Amino acid sequence: MTASPTGRIVPDRLASPTSRALKSWESLLALVAIAIFIANSFASPYFLDPWNLSDATFNFTEKAMIALAMALLIISGEIDLSVASIVALASTAMGLMMQAGFGTPAIVLTGLGTGLICGAFNGLLVTRLGLPSIVVTIGTMSLFRGISYIVLGDTAFTGYPASFGWFGQGYVVWVITVELAIFALLAVIYGIVLHKTNFGRGVYAAGNNPTAAMFSGVRVGRVKFILFLLTGLMSGLASVCLTSRLGSTRPSIGAGMELEVVTVVVLGGVSILGGSGSIPGVVIAALVMGLVTFGLGLLNVPGIVMSIVIGVLLIGVIALPRIWQKARAWKK
Amino acid sequence: MTTDTGAVLALDGVTKTFPGVKALDGVRLELHAGEVTALIGENGAGKSTVVKILTGIYQPDGGSITIDGRPVRFPTAQAAADAGVTAIHQETVLFDELSVAENIFLGHAPRARFGLIDRRAMMNRARDILTGIGARIDPATRLKDLSIASRHLVAIARALSIDARVVIMDEPTAALSQTEIEELYTLVDQLKAQGKAILFISHKFDEIFRIADRFTVFRDGQFVGAGRMAEIDEAALVRMMVGRSVDQIFPKRAAKVGDEVLRVQGYCHPTEFDDITFTLRRGEILGFYGLVGAGRTEFMQSLIGITRPSKGVTRIDGTIRTIRSPAQAIEAGIVYVPEDRGKQGAILDMPIFQNVTLPSLGRTSRAGFTRMANEFALAREYTRRLDLRAAALDANVGTLSGGNQQKVVIAKWLAVKPRVIILDEPTKGIDIGSKAAVHEFMSELAAEGLSVIMVSSEIPEILGMSDRVIVMREGRIAAELAGADLTPETLVRYAAGIGRAA
Amino acid sequence: MISRESILSAAIIALLALIATRFAGFVAPGNLAAVFTDTAPLIILALGQMVVILTRCIDLSVAANLALTGMVCAMLNTAMPGLPVALTLALAIGMGAGLGAINGLLVWKLAIPSIVVTLGTMTIFRGSIFLLSGGEWVNAFEMSASFTGFPRTVILGLPVLGWIAIVIIAGLALMLSRSTQGRAFFAVGGNPHAAVYAGIDVGRTQFLAFTLSGALAGLTGYLWVARYAVAYTDIAGGFELDVVAACVIGGISIAGGIGSVGGAVLGALFLGVIKNALPVVGISPFWQMAISGAAIIVAVAANSRAGRSKGRIILKQAEVRQ
Repeated sequence: MTASPTGRIVPDRLASPTSRALKSWESLLALVAIAIFIANSFASPYFLDPWNLSDATFNFTEKAMIALAMALLIISGEIDLSVASIVALASTAMGLMMQAGFGTPAIVLTGLGTGLICGAFNGLLVTRLGLPSIVVTIGTMSLFRGISYIVLGDTAFTGYPASFGWFGQGYVVWVITVELAIFALLAVIYGIVLHKTNFGRGVYAAGNNPTAAMFSGVRVGRVKFILFLLTGLMSGLASVCLTSRLGSTRPSIGAGMELEVVTVVVLGGVSILGGSGSIPGVVIAALVMGLVTFGLGLLNVPGIVMSIVIGVLLIGVIALPRIWQKARAWKK
Repeated sequence: MTTDTGAVLALDGVTKTFPGVKALDGVRLELHAGEVTALIGENGAGKSTVVKILTGIYQPDGGSITIDGRPVRFPTAQAAADAGVTAIHQETVLFDELSVAENIFLGHAPRARFGLIDRRAMMNRARDILTGIGARIDPATRLKDLSIASRHLVAIARALSIDARVVIMDEPTAALSQTEIEELYTLVDQLKAQGKAILFISHKFDEIFRIADRFTVFRDGQFVGAGRMAEIDEAALVRMMVGRSVDQIFPKRAAKVGDEVLRVQGYCHPTEFDDITFTLRRGEILGFYGLVGAGRTEFMQSLIGITRPSKGVTRIDGTIRTIRSPAQAIEAGIVYVPEDRGKQGAILDMPIFQNVTLPSLGRTSRAGFTRMANEFALAREYTRRLDLRAAALDANVGTLSGGNQQKVVIAKWLAVKPRVIILDEPTKGIDIGSKAAVHEFMSELAAEGLSVIMVSSEIPEILGMSDRVIVMREGRIAAELAGADLTPETLVRYAAGIGRAA
Repeated sequence: MISRESILSAAIIALLALIATRFAGFVAPGNLAAVFTDTAPLIILALGQMVVILTRCIDLSVAANLALTGMVCAMLNTAMPGLPVALTLALAIGMGAGLGAINGLLVWKLAIPSIVVTLGTMTIFRGSIFLLSGGEWVNAFEMSASFTGFPRTVILGLPVLGWIAIVIIAGLALMLSRSTQGRAFFAVGGNPHAAVYAGIDVGRTQFLAFTLSGALAGLTGYLWVARYAVAYTDIAGGFELDVVAACVIGGISIAGGIGSVGGAVLGALFLGVIKNALPVVGISPFWQMAISGAAIIVAVAANSRAGRSKGRIILKQAEVRQ
């Protein structure tokens, strides 16, 4: 094959990766995180205590685990609103195993397995039947939690074995909790999967332009199914941690969690329309949310008021750049 | 100024720029009452942009639009309609879920008491208009149950439902059969008699000479010339249109056709195509000609596993291959470069190099982990071969011009090293420079032993590039032509279904 | 092809017949009227949601809007017990419309996806109730008799609440089928690209849909608080899901452009009948959530099968001709 005589070499990159990274959403978020950290340390003398900070991580680790998988799912162009209900169903299943006298390993496996099954159910409905994920998961949101209500009604499972408490109450070293360690490990794995593998490339392609991705040989359906499985599995894992931390299962466990998970993902710079976003962004966003919640908590602000802050954050981070852009275009 | 020419509608110095492309550069155009003005130009000359400016979809960056000498602005589609400009658009911009009557009258339905829509009057008037253009369509039918030709008739009816002074027809006959075309010509004569100014856009020269009174020629977004049809011949028009004579455009090449590579037998689909059978040889360029909506694209997509045929066999090198997904088609060595680059070809918000390597990731990666250096190397190799103009390989494809986006898509498919490449309208909507490059490249590929299927609706391209041509009409193969049988007349006849008799 | 509405009607009748075998009193006209009235808030909200979904958006803030407007009405009534009901109604509709317009503006002017906007406003509206009320309840004894009595007043055997639902059903049915704006909702969702060519402003149409949905939510806010004679932060918590469920069961396509008033009403009634029947036939009300979840999944799967296109129609024999 002859190269076209006029063929010119297009440079690989214009800007260096470092200068790109500095201008990114992630750096902005990191600045916000630092600012909140400093503001918190001024606002409350208790904030900088390592044990307090360690406690603060409980505010976000469980949600952040789910957010990792949810980020990939949203980048691929789908969404799963049933995650909090999967947490409830997995917790209920673990409660049943506990009542039947099984030990901690079986209980944990049941939690993870339930998450996988729920994720597979969502994934099959979306990828096999071609149904819109938002409707499917609004449906399974009711169905999964509904099953928990059928099993539990207004009662609760309590009396989990002491060894089970390790996941939600244990420490790896010093102030590093088991949950935080699990999350950190998962963040690295998800970062590599999304940014450094062919699978991750397929996730972006599927979310950007599913038709073109399919034409290019990306097995879009399979990619999305795997992501639903992962989201289910992470919800199961979060359920293990949350149930272990609380030591009990009620059917309302984790209610409303899906909103916070989606908020973290969107705050982390993932486009709700799919196609763009990064794991570092999601991790920092989880940190920001945790710090805000913890800081407000130290100031004795009630939880429901914190939800206003979360709502404003969610809309604000998307609206502000757009308003700024409009203002600039208008000035021109 | 434009006022003294007596034009109903006039454009002067109109400019429109899109990121990376100057679609219109100070063009002028005049439309006269009771006359048909043909707007002539190649794809990418700026014809569709003019139509969109005249119908309020785009706003011009500069220049003036006047009606009866008074300057006007069309900030919305409604404003254009109110000013008496109506259009039959090239793509049918209609609503699948609404009835035919509603599609015709959406936005200007007849009203009854309290401002409510008068459904009965709407149905009756829709039926009248449809009958007037010879369309036998029930106005209560839902649009999605209609064929493509019938949809075009509905679009024409919609344009006529507005009492307009200016009627724009953007390739109105592209999907119509010969009888429907004749009825449209009669309709154009009626509109002329009513004193309407008509802008007629068509690629078919016989058609332009049949109905147009005046012409205006655009090339690469610029005004080239205008005049009366009676004072010009086809050759002169073509010269104005392309800026050089036609036979120079297509690279001459020696046809060295080898053994059979692909054999397709009896491909059928319930609604899209029926009994498609053909063979393709090594080094051959096989043209697929037909009217818009003849089922060529639909068949190609089922060949690569997007849709499933109800019947049919594919053999590659004599072995039966089952292709149920594009991934399997790529494995089998068949790749498809779609017509709709934005939607099906390029991933606009991803970098150029990632677009190029997407179907070849298996080769550039190790154990499932991506290798940037390999990716850049592969992208560099193929974008260079195609003479891609871009700032950097990590720029998003969306920042490139149409022609360069097309090159990225072709580079992506060549990087797979396929045996059969299907190009669906490979030069639609790209500028002349890129077009010639694509044609030259196609010849080069065939000379290297690749088998090419080229779907095209442009007769010069089909004639200039193909070794053999299959003509499709309404989902079926109407003819297979080669050698002396391959003339513009035979192509049009078979595509429009006029039959064998000359 | 049988219409979705008739399938759904048949399902509801079959459901009623089944319930009647266990408890005949359920299908007595008086009880059916009570079931209808009980379902009225869901019907009203589902109709507003339907218009939003028609334009390819979704409004998850309706229940929070309802609760916030309801709380404002209740607190206003406590402060000014003499306020005429007509004024309260106007205020509720106006405030609801205003909250809906906030959603609409964010979607229209800033082009933020509606799911993000309404997830955000949902939590903001809910939180505002707490800020406004300080977490306190407004109880029956603090409300005036005319305030709580209005929706329960019985006219011709049906409470006003039920009549309001009927008026809204009729009004929306007329608006959606016979007005230019009504058809624009379908056009925008069916093909936004083509809508622009037809001179319809897509963003403005979506804004109007959100405002309408908000107005209906606000109206329901007053009716809800008055009917149950109590207002607190969490009223109608999670009700937005029931509303979306009613729409999905009623065959309104989440992809936009497809839906009918009849479908939305029947979808709401289906859920209403189940909710009212469970205690009667001796099934724990804890089953309701799972049943409605399962119903959503079955409905969306059924809709998708019915709507799946067979491909473009190119072959002459495949075309429908008169």
